[in-house]
Amino acid sequence: MNIQFRENQEAASPLNVKTAIADCDIHPARTTHTELYPYLAKRWQHHLEVYGVHAYQGMMEGPPYPKAQPNASRRDAYPPEGGPQGSSLAFMQKQLLDPNNVQLGVLNPLNTGQGIRNHELSAALCSAINDWQIDKWTSKDKRLKASIVVGNEDGLSAAAEIRERAGDKNFVQVLLLSRNVEPLGQRRYWPIYQAAEEAGLPVGVHAFGFGGNPITPSGWPSYYIEEMVGHSQCQQSALASLVLEGVFERFPKLKMVMIEAGFGWAPSLAWRLDKAWQRLRSEVPHVKRPPSEYIREQVWWTTQPMEDPERREDLFDVIKWIGWDRLLFATDYPHWDYDEPSRVLPAGVSEDNREAFYLGNAKKLYGITA
Amino acid sequence: MASLIAGGIDCDVHPAVPHLTSLLPYLNDYWRDQVTTRGMVDLISQSYPQNSPITARPDWRPETGKPGESLADMQRHVLDAFKLEYAICNPLYGVQMVFSEDMQAAFCRALNDWLAKEWLDRDSRLRGSIVIPTQSVEKAVAEIERCAPDERFVQVLMLVMGDTPLGKRALWPIYEAAERLELPVGIHAGSAYHNPPTAVGWGSYHIEDYVGQAQAFQTQLTSLIVEGVFAKYPRLKMVMLESGVSWIAPYLWRLHKFWRGVRMETPWVDRAPLEIVRSNIRFSLQPFDAPPEPQTLIRLFDHMQSDELVLFSTDYPHWQFDGQDALPEGLSPDLVRKIMIDNPHATYPRLK
Repeated sequence: MNIQFRENQEAASPLNVKTAIADCDIHPARTTHTELYPYLAKRWQHHLEVYGVHAYQGMMEGPPYPKAQPNASRRDAYPPEGGPQGSSLAFMQKQLLDPNNVQLGVLNPLNTGQGIRNHELSAALCSAINDWQIDKWTSKDKRLKASIVVGNEDGLSAAAEIRERAGDKNFVQVLLLSRNVEPLGQRRYWPIYQAAEEAGLPVGVHAFGFGGNPITPSGWPSYYIEEMVGHSQCQQSALASLVLEGVFERFPKLKMVMIEAGFGWAPSLAWRLDKAWQRLRSEVPHVKRPPSEYIREQVWWTTQPMEDPERREDLFDVIKWIGWDRLLFATDYPHWDYDEPSRVLPAGVSEDNREAFYLGNAKKLYGITA
Repeated sequence: MASLIAGGIDCDVHPAVPHLTSLLPYLNDYWRDQVTTRGMVDLISQSYPQNSPITARPDWRPETGKPGESLADMQRHVLDAFKLEYAICNPLYGVQMVFSEDMQAAFCRALNDWLAKEWLDRDSRLRGSIVIPTQSVEKAVAEIERCAPDERFVQVLMLVMGDTPLGKRALWPIYEAAERLELPVGIHAGSAYHNPPTAVGWGSYHIEDYVGQAQAFQTQLTSLIVEGVFAKYPRLKMVMLESGVSWIAPYLWRLHKFWRGVRMETPWVDRAPLEIVRSNIRFSLQPFDAPPEPQTLIRLFDHMQSDELVLFSTDYPHWQFDGQDALPEGLSPDLVRKIMIDNPHATYPRLK
């Protein structure tokens, strides 16, 4: 996080800043609200001006839980030429990519065509965002790779978008959000997984999204902090659904990435799933193996926001239980809870694990050979 | 497995109401008439389908009737077998699912009277929880005050999934009454099903609901802490029942980090979440949702940085362990004593 309320209890790790890293969660923004119009049919431009996006939540602009800072972003991340944080490639290069020697940066655009009730509009906006990612970002900086954003509630049009982009080296994954109309294992989303598996692309599930459900199982909470902490619970429920609906069994080559929802919960969820499955497997005969095995083989996690125990070495137990080969370093640039690459791992991590954590796992997962 | 000790306190056992008609003697004429003329059926929550493997251990399942409906069985299976000093009865009858506050209040009142007469009166080792009609906070407080003079009621009982998050201010009169009357508030697994049972919608399966209980507990802890319940009621104790325990430390690491980042949003939270949990929140032992490896267990308890958080429970008659193996392997004798005796006594002032 970029707000520190206590002294660092140990020296920052001696990470050589020249060591190349991957940043698996970067949020590119639009400079103006009309920036997508060149990629949208006149009909949809008109629709947006008259009716807006009509999301699965009530606000015409902005989120129902106001962020802690404008655009949930670092106050030092406004580009000097103007526009919101994350909207300038030149400034992103200067502030993030160059100083941290980011060799691979994965773009995860938010506020796109997802979570929209009009599914035709959703598909049109997602396609536009994908074109925009190439034109504004990946074609101009080869370190950056895009995510195929898909209209999440209409599996068929989403699958069509994936097939259209398959093989395009600008894209390294398919992007979904965690909160949808139904839990992500449900059949309506299966065409997405099928198309992603065929295309050999991992499916990233990023925290956030709107699906119309109260964001706790006991109704709507009051505060932004509840939404933020709650992303890990939403992610757990989404992952449990994926396992228990048999998505990993049905699509054995599918790889999924849990993005920006923490990872400390992963061992506990896997143990709990295993224990419940031992008792209740007759209800889910399509789940043929202990749930933890699917998770261990087919799920990865981005690191930011890293859980932050008082005794930082406690986190190493959790990482050991997950596997050092399953974590992908991410900063979440330009958001306020950015994790600084040089500070997230304390001393005492082996060189191999450190390399895997910062770069190797991501290159392998996303098929980057350079 | 770690060795059990005599004189322990089982903080989560479930006596079953045989049928809605069992409550008729405890309802007034109007509600007796409502139940019969409207043809109301039994209130069984789909959180615990009667024949689900998790609802009863095979050797604790009776040949007829509901698991947990026989006192003699409960005596033989847990009270005697575990040489307990006390067991706290948490009825899971589905009274929370109805929407009418009047009906819910009548059913809760009947359920609490039924518990006192048919269980607490019949075995001096049993203690009870007051089930409350949360559709009306006013009626919930009245029910707490009605039952509290009976010192055998040692806590107030709510479900982890209700109409609103538990920290919401509208519910605070319940917590005021509980603190005033020295009653911890037990939050038990289960849903009123007034909201989808996960934060991302309705899943397909019973197993999904069961696994999801842990996520519900996590969001409720966040709500209780950040709304300021424990700043307002610092002596209030809350006990997470059938919550699982392996998620506690990593969850708190995350909550603590975000609290440091955005505490300006909830400035009334006067202590760090970790401190609040250590002083005000407790968790029942079963289901113990970690692998049966002592080394992992030792690390998990070490991550909690407190030996006071966990209270012994069998979760009778639910199937969480076999034989006498209620205590996972690897607990030290000191920790066993804390979990089985000292921590429950420190949590429940009415256990004397």
